[in-house]
Amino acid sequence: MLAYLSRRIAYGLLVLIGINLVTFLLFFQVNTPDDMARLQLGGKRVTPDAISKWKAERGYDRALYFNADAQGVAKVTDTVFFDSSARMFAFDFGPADSGRDITSEIRRRAWPSLALALPVFIVGLGVSISLALGLAFFRGTYLDFWGSVICVAMMSISSLFFIVAGQFVFARLLQLVPVSGFDAGADAWRFLLLPVAISIVARLGGETRFNRTLFLEEINKDYVRTARSKGLSEPAVLFGHVLRNALIPILSSSVAVIPLLFMGSLITESFFSIPGLGSYLIEAIAAQDFAVVRAMVFIGSGLYIVGLILTDLSYSWADPRIRLQ
Amino acid sequence: MKPVVLLTDGFVFALLVAGLAYVLHVRGRPQLAANWRLTLRRPAAAVSALILAAFLAVAVADSLHWRVALPAASAGQPAWSPETRSALDAVLGPLAVTRERTYSSPLAYQGFRKESFERNGTPVRDYPRLKFGGAHLKDPSTQWGDDVQNLAWRGVGWGALAWAVLALLSWVALSLRRQRAFGRALTDLVLGRTRYPVRSVLLAAAVLAVSVGLVASLSSGYHVFGTDRVGASVLVAALKSVRTALVIGALTTLVVLPLALALGVAAGYFRGWVDEVIQYIYTLLASIPDVLLIAAAVLLLQVKIDSNPTLFETSLERADARLFFLCLILGVTSFTGLCRLVRGETMKLRELEYIQAAQAFGVPAARILVRHILPNIVPIVLITTVMQFSAFVLAEAVLSYVGVGVDPKTASFGVMINTARLELSATPVIWWTLAAAFSFMFLIVLSANLFADAVRDAFDPRTRLRS
Repeated sequence: MLAYLSRRIAYGLLVLIGINLVTFLLFFQVNTPDDMARLQLGGKRVTPDAISKWKAERGYDRALYFNADAQGVAKVTDTVFFDSSARMFAFDFGPADSGRDITSEIRRRAWPSLALALPVFIVGLGVSISLALGLAFFRGTYLDFWGSVICVAMMSISSLFFIVAGQFVFARLLQLVPVSGFDAGADAWRFLLLPVAISIVARLGGETRFNRTLFLEEINKDYVRTARSKGLSEPAVLFGHVLRNALIPILSSSVAVIPLLFMGSLITESFFSIPGLGSYLIEAIAAQDFAVVRAMVFIGSGLYIVGLILTDLSYSWADPRIRLQ
Repeated sequence: MKPVVLLTDGFVFALLVAGLAYVLHVRGRPQLAANWRLTLRRPAAAVSALILAAFLAVAVADSLHWRVALPAASAGQPAWSPETRSALDAVLGPLAVTRERTYSSPLAYQGFRKESFERNGTPVRDYPRLKFGGAHLKDPSTQWGDDVQNLAWRGVGWGALAWAVLALLSWVALSLRRQRAFGRALTDLVLGRTRYPVRSVLLAAAVLAVSVGLVASLSSGYHVFGTDRVGASVLVAALKSVRTALVIGALTTLVVLPLALALGVAAGYFRGWVDEVIQYIYTLLASIPDVLLIAAAVLLLQVKIDSNPTLFETSLERADARLFFLCLILGVTSFTGLCRLVRGETMKLRELEYIQAAQAFGVPAARILVRHILPNIVPIVLITTVMQFSAFVLAEAVLSYVGVGVDPKTASFGVMINTARLELSATPVIWWTLAAAFSFMFLIVLSANLFADAVRDAFDPRTRLRS
């Protein structure tokens, strides 16, 4: 188990190194520091002096991969690639192209993101599982049919529609909640209520339908027939046997998402001006701030890898037949 | 007139040809043809196919591009207009060209806001008349209602007529095909006792024909869905967005397929270091959050385009290159799921006796892959790709909203929503742009989803047994 874990972590690190290389290639080779400087300083009438000053401030004036002028190990270490990669693995992301420190900004913005994403995740999971179980209970009836139809219809509606319509109806027409904004204190729930509800509804159709198929697959298995033939009532079969077994794939697939909750939800955050990581990213994209985008790519990938490892662990924890080696 | 084949145009036509080739391929294979027949026998799927075909026609019409020769050109060296037009533009005629000053509500004959202008020499502050909407009316306040009603009835009439012809044709075809008397064929048709859901398709066609007739007839004098901020017709924007949505859905699938198939099959069949390398690649790509990778790639492309302004001749070509690139990168980010699926399936197949028999006979690996493994993973690949299509259409809107989608000059649902999202907070509310964009998108995605469901049910042996 421990050996497995350490091997997985080592593999994860390997993947992270690869991601670092890819993003570096994307951001420094394809798009040279000169391009970045010109972009940040604005327009084409930028003097070469200003560009070299901008590069020197950020240490981008060194060689990219191999510094032939330096001595010994410094040939490799005194380069843009090594420096920025090493700092990234130490979670020091340096200043954004616009000047502010990325690390502290991320630390500050992770909490609003989490405050939005965590309730969405937990409540959404609960609601979709209960609805799916309900549909599975009434399988083959009109309720099941129309429930599935509604699920498909909801899947076909753009998530942007739910946000636009929800904001319009509940915040502007009925004025039940503020339109947008955020408050760090205990008052935050007033701002979070609508975005949380909308995010849940937007994902409900697809998730319910997916969970329903999982339940239906489980219902056709032999042990369920055994349970029925020994005279258990349908609710007892459903809640006592099917639910517990179908939860394994549902929960395990959800575990992978947990670390990514920190990353926030791009669209919802920007629509409701919640100062989280998602809106940070959107602002960075709009300002073409490559340092921030690269840092977010790195963090996001790291969290995804953590999620994968957690998934494996949760599988073996939920299902003793699966041994990790 | 000089025909222009944009990058994505080429792929639209290539896809059409590939689709035809696939139809011919299916006709020769009874097993495959039976699956498709099963798909189309489902009323929801047949109706969805009809609606998707209608959208496809719009998209293809919008893919035939040309540039008009400028009149001032010298004889030897013709100059071409910088503006590229499409067959759809030609069909839409003045609707696509005339610009109002700014917003106007659906079917309006006057502007949305009061403006100061001169009337009969005296300055007044009133709602201005529109350049296109209701321009043929002399006294709109009295004529408008009757005119709209007239046009509407005429449109409904033409639509009904077109539908009647279609219904008649299918009735005759049905009776000829099944060797039935006309009367019997009619009762079969009305009672839905046909092999294919002809009744449902005809009902859907009726709705389609009447609404197309209605919109077309009203469009001769009015902006049916109003105009947007710069005064362009919302109907035109929505129709032109259809092509973008379908291109994104189809082209991205085209990128995903070969990547996922080649890598997945290779990893699953050869195992060993090939498997390791391919697994590493797709873990790497899957680890990077999609939006971020797309954002990074599109930003880079934008920088490249901005620093090389001479790369493209017209702004449409530039926008089109970005659309093409977006499909590429969207495909690269989303091939991992299918690749993993194909790898697993290949690993399962590889252990089966018939593959081992082929290996024992000394059949080369490439032949085993193409003849014995590929045909057996086609069903799951087909199911996954049709399911992904609608996801790509929805993703485009979100990406364009974030600012890393298509070029802002390209007509697309995402761009429409993005530019219109503040309009709901205006008083009085400007709802028509968003309504048009969302309902067109809903129609496309819903039909794609329903069709995909039917395909899955027909091709997936597990669900086929159950139903």
